[in-house]
Amino acid sequence: MKLLASPAVRVGISISIATGLYGVSFGALAVTSGLNFWQTMALSLLLFSGGSQFAFIGVVAGGGSGIAAMSAATLLGMRNGIYGMQLNALLRPTGWRKYVGAQLTIDESTATSTGQTDPAEQRRGFWTAGVGVYVLWNLFTAVGALAGSGLGDPKQWGLDGAAVAAFLALLWPRLKGREPVAIAVACAVATVVAVPFVPAGVPILVSAVVAAVAGWFSHGRRDEGLEPDVEPYGSHGHSHHHDRRNAPEPSRDPDPEAGA
Amino acid sequence: MTLWIWLLLACFLAYAWKLVGYLVPARLLEDPRTSRVAGTMTIGLLASLTVVNAVVSGQGLAADARLGALAAAAIALVLRAPFLVVVIAGAGTAALLRTLGWN
Repeated sequence: MKLLASPAVRVGISISIATGLYGVSFGALAVTSGLNFWQTMALSLLLFSGGSQFAFIGVVAGGGSGIAAMSAATLLGMRNGIYGMQLNALLRPTGWRKYVGAQLTIDESTATSTGQTDPAEQRRGFWTAGVGVYVLWNLFTAVGALAGSGLGDPKQWGLDGAAVAAFLALLWPRLKGREPVAIAVACAVATVVAVPFVPAGVPILVSAVVAAVAGWFSHGRRDEGLEPDVEPYGSHGHSHHHDRRNAPEPSRDPDPEAGA
Repeated sequence: MTLWIWLLLACFLAYAWKLVGYLVPARLLEDPRTSRVAGTMTIGLLASLTVVNAVVSGQGLAADARLGALAAAAIALVLRAPFLVVVIAGAGTAALLRTLGWN
């Protein structure tokens, strides 16, 4: 059990359980938004990025078209490209590891890895969180999808309320400071204003443009909004994130076990 | 059937984003603006998705039990509840409000 002595492995396992469990809510919401079991599983197995998966079903549930759902999911997936660049510089994977590692590149595996200082620990953190979240997320997606389809009328169980709560919970950890709050409010207003004029699903894409323009012309932190859905090292405010995302420099976090 | 096509395309593009980070030279994505846009777009999309799921109904706006779910989720998040608890609070509140007769 030498592996369990590694702080990165322990953090990776705990983040896998915390993240994997909420796959239940994704599975249940996906089938109640109109996807069938295998469409739900395809999103978790192949797309594998929580925010993008929720975006896809969120657009479908609101009556949006497939192309609007795809666009929202793809725009939300852009940050994984930034993570990939950081991890490539940090872990230098070769051969097949590059291609498998790419699929496992998500908020949680990136945060677990970049929160460590030792290169061997960074590698263990990435693979433990990546594989762990992948397995549990898919397992619990299946559980949620099977449970969700047996519930009958989803409204009676408040599942539309669950979707609202899920999106707010995904947004919440990213609202640190005045600027992200201002961007969120601007996008919320843009959505409400756009709704009567454009087809369902499109207001979300309008917001993406508003947010992209805000990001392009303002000069805040370069890692604004790149906080993980579930913080592997506990949330101790802000300072932590600054160092962490500036790969390839190792993080200066003095206590890699904090919150483990 | 067409939903399958868009869904699989979304899966392909998601993997393409991830792989791009590993394959292109780092300097192409190193521009701080690129990562800022990726981050602010994440915030904007999630804010918009929250609003759409809370108050949008078809092509109009509606105030129904989902607003209660939004408030309950916010309270749970302020109290630092874990993700799953927040989701259950949202669902429970919406279900309760409907039983009480607020659509």
